[in-house]
Formats: sequence, C-alpha cells, structure tokens
Amino acid sequence: MRQIDSILYRSSQVSCAQAIEKAAEMIFSLCAFTAVGAVFSITLYMIANGVPAVFQAGVKEILFTTVWQPTATEPSFGILYVILTSIIGTFLAVLLGVPVGILAAVFLAEVAPRRLAAVVRPAVELLAGIPSVIYGVLGMMILNPLMYRLEQRIFADSQTHQFTGGANLLSAVFVLALMILPTVINISEAALLAVPPELKASSLALGASPVQTIFQVTIPAARSGILAAVVLGVGRAVGEAMAISLVSGNSVNLPLPFHSVRFLTTAIVSEMGYAGGLHRQVLFTIGLVLFVFIMIINGILSSILKGEKRG
Amino acid sequence: MMRKLKDDVLLCLIYLAAFGAEFLLLGILVYVFVKGFPYVDLQFLTTVTSVLQGTVGIAGNMVNTIYIVVLTLVIAVPIGIGSAIYLNEYARPGKMVRLITFTTQTLAGIPSILFGLFGMMFFGITLGLGYSILTGALTLSLMVLPLITRNTQEALLAVPESYKSGALSMGAGKWYMIRTILLPSAMPGIVTGVLLAVGRIMGESAALLFTAGSGYLLPKSAGGWFHKVAESGGTLTIQLYLSMSKAQYDVGFGIAVVLLCILFCMNLIMKFFAKYTTESQR
Repeated sequence: MRQIDSILYRSSQVSCAQAIEKAAEMIFSLCAFTAVGAVFSITLYMIANGVPAVFQAGVKEILFTTVWQPTATEPSFGILYVILTSIIGTFLAVLLGVPVGILAAVFLAEVAPRRLAAVVRPAVELLAGIPSVIYGVLGMMILNPLMYRLEQRIFADSQTHQFTGGANLLSAVFVLALMILPTVINISEAALLAVPPELKASSLALGASPVQTIFQVTIPAARSGILAAVVLGVGRAVGEAMAISLVSGNSVNLPLPFHSVRFLTTAIVSEMGYAGGLHRQVLFTIGLVLFVFIMIINGILSSILKGEKRG
Repeated sequence: MMRKLKDDVLLCLIYLAAFGAEFLLLGILVYVFVKGFPYVDLQFLTTVTSVLQGTVGIAGNMVNTIYIVVLTLVIAVPIGIGSAIYLNEYARPGKMVRLITFTTQTLAGIPSILFGLFGMMFFGITLGLGYSILTGALTLSLMVLPLITRNTQEALLAVPESYKSGALSMGAGKWYMIRTILLPSAMPGIVTGVLLAVGRIMGESAALLFTAGSGYLLPKSAGGWFHKVAESGGTLTIQLYLSMSKAQYDVGFGIAVVLLCILFCMNLIMKFFAKYTTESQR
C-alpha cells in the first residue's frame, strides 16, 4: 500500500514538472512570435493606411507630380520632389560618408599604432550611440550659418534664388554623412579585423607593400562585411528624421544643393501633428513609400549576410 | 618609383580620412560640452519650466525619461529574452526559425519614424491609449526587441555546452537548467544588451513625438505618479528637439550635456560588464 502511494506521489510530481516544462516552452515560443506579429501588423497597418489615399487622389497625382499644397482649397498632393530628395540626399550622404568611414576603419584596423587605436575606438563607439537629434542641433548651429555665408557669396547676383538661411540640401547631406560615419567605421573595422592574418602575411611575403596589401588583399577579403556596413548606413540615412528636419529647411523643392528641401521622413514629422482627412492619409502614403524603400534595403542586407555565411 | 608614390598617396588619404573623421566626431563632443555646460546647474536639473516662477528646468522630462525607460524594459526585456531562449534552446531549425530570425532582422531595420506612425495608429488610436507614456513605451518595446533578442542569443551561445549537458545529465529539466545554469552564466551579456536598449530609448525622438507626446510637468499629487503612465510626457531628447526648433538654444545644449553624460556613464558600465564577461570565461 505504501509502495503504491509513493509511486502515485512520484508520478504526480513528474507530471507537474512536465507541465511546467511544457508551459515554459509555450511561453518562450509565444515570445519568439512577438517579432513576427509585430512585423506583420506594421506591414498591414502601413498598407491599410497608406493605400486608400493613392486610390482617392490617384497614383499619378501622388507619385508623379510635384506640387505639394495639401491645405489649399484645391489641394494637390504630389510627392515626387520629396521622394527624389530622399533618394538624392541619401545617395550623396553615402557617397561622402562611406569612403571616409572605410578609410578611417582601415586606419584603426591596420595602420594606427595599437595604443592610439585603443583610445579612438571607444570614442567612435560612444559616438555611434549619440542621439541623432544632437547631430541635427550641431548642424543647425555650425553648418547652417556657414552655408548661409556660402549661399550669399554664390548667389550674390542672382535675381531668382530664394535664400534659405543655410538650411538646405547640402547641410542635410553633411549631417547625414557625419551621422552614419560611426556605424560605417565600427562595422567595417570589425570586418577588416576578421580577415585571416595568413592572407596578409602571404601577400607581404610575395613582395607587396603594406599599402598594396591593404587595398588589394585585406579590403577585398572583407568586402561582404564592408558592404553590410554600407547598406546599414544607407538604411540609417534613409530613415533619419529628426536630425535633418532641423537643418534641411523643410519646404518642398527640387533637390538642388542650395534649395530648402523636404525628405520623406521630415514630411511626416513636420505635418503629422495637424494634418487631417486626405492630407493625413497622404502622409501615411509617404510612410508607405519609405517602408518600401526600407524593405528593399533590408532584403539587400539579408542577402549579403546570407552570402557571407555561405562564403 | 611609381609604386612608392602611389603608396604614399593612398597612405596620406587614409590618414586624412581617419583624422578628419575622428577630429570632427570628437569636436562634436567638445562643442556640445562647451556650449551646454554653463547652463547645467541644480535649478536646471530639479525644477520644471514655468513662466510664473521664472524657472527653466528639465525635472519633468527626466521623470518622463525614467518612466519610459523602465516601462519599455519591463515589457521588452522578458519578451526579448524569452524569444532568444526559444530560438537557441527549443526551436528546431526550419521554416519557423527562419521566419522569426528574418522578422527580427526586419524589425531592427525599420526606421523609428515608422514605429512612431504605427504606434500612434495601433496603440494610440486602435487600442485607445492616446498620447501617453504607455503608448510610447509599447512602441519603443517593439523597437528595442530585436536588440535585446540578438544580444541575449549571443550571450546564450557563449555559455559552454558542457554546463548545459552537465545539468541535463544530472536529471535537471530543460526549464530548470535554463533557470539555474544558462541564464545566470549569460547574465553579463544580457545586461549589455539591456544597456544598449536603454541608450537607444534615451536617444529616441521620432518614435516618441506622435506616441508619448511632449508633456513636461511633474505630477502634482501622490496619485498623479500613477496616473502619469496614461498622460503625455516628453523625454529629454524630445524636449531637446522641441527647444531647438523653438530656438531656445540654452535649454537645448543643457539637455544635450545631460544626455551625453548619462550615455557616457552607461558606456562605462557596459565596458565593465564586457570585461567581467571575458574575465569570467577565462
């Protein structure tokens, strides 16, 4: 009798432990699916809120016209200039920031004395975490006045130029380029440091100079990591809102260097607060366009990372 | 001869880029401190901006920041750690794991302004939370979730396989093993991820502007401290943005200095934890 009791007791203990194990697994899998749920609902919300305006105002009117007068009596919602500004602004910022970032990473990983690198590296890491608004603030206080002086000099004789006070596309590009620098430096440096030392050693042994080795062996060997750094930089630049809303002037114009411009992100920031009706829906369409851009960039990034794993 | 010249030119470029980039970036830190330091005093840190009393202060924003950081972590940390445990310990490789990894990666790449739009529509309007600290915290938890998941995953991977198999072979259940062996050993790595998330939350502005709003007052009664969660509240970074766009540069630079100091301290703590991890593994 006692034996049966103890067996019963033990089996109830076992099934209790099993129940806890099952529950733990259930809870963890639920946690894991939060990310899936979040991405699906974000996609769903962006499409559900962004698409109706396209039908209401017309695809051509929104995406391929340039007049942005959302509050006029006969409103017009052309966002072509806004899209172009985001593309051109990001492109220029990457063109400026990436080479400098990669060269700086080469310096840290290959050229700099160890002690110097040990001081500079944490500083760059700290800078990667600085709130982007601070970059915007600095652009506003330092860059904009400089740009204004330059503008006055260049357009002194122009009759048609609208003066922007220095808040223009160029300022935004400089701020973006500076902002993506720490990201590009950190990730490219990690990629460069991961290159096997045998590769470098054999290149040097074959008589290549250190600089030749860097540019013809080390950088090509680290290219997928560097490429990932570039793509991440592009993503950060496309999605940045607050920093450039302080320096870019914020009126919808053709993206020329000395024009006051508006990006996809700053369009949302500057008008979401008061927009209503169709105007508000068009802002969501702008969000949808941005979302599509980001998804394309994400796709490129994940295919690079996959290739890296295979290689 | 040509080769020597080319080498020198390229080396010159490297030095130029490195010093240019680092000089600019360090210059930023110095500039902010020089401009903002004179405005940071006790009154600035402990009062609320009020025209009647003639004070300019950021106490309300500091309280909001703490609320948002704590609330976001309370929501995101358990979910992030849980999903890392699932991916590393329970899930079998296959479609599901690939889907979860892909979406986590995607979530990490979505810009904060889009999180802001989604948070405003979903938490603010669909769930009816309006402009409130809770809406902001929920939105930010989605944003920092991938950060916590990924860091926890790496910390879990660093735990030696022998610890786990040892515990399991002694008859410990999986959950018991995770609770008593895996999580404690991975703790420093997990804390690093959480601190990174705190940094991201403190620096965030675009995702909060349309979700948590921009309130800057301190609660007036004891009950107000509870109510605060459902009221609008701007963090330090939001106030920094608003001050700058209203041309109140002194306040802006003061906040920037406070923010940088906090982030700097957190970096130090993180370094400490990283060191602790590598030492304990030796």
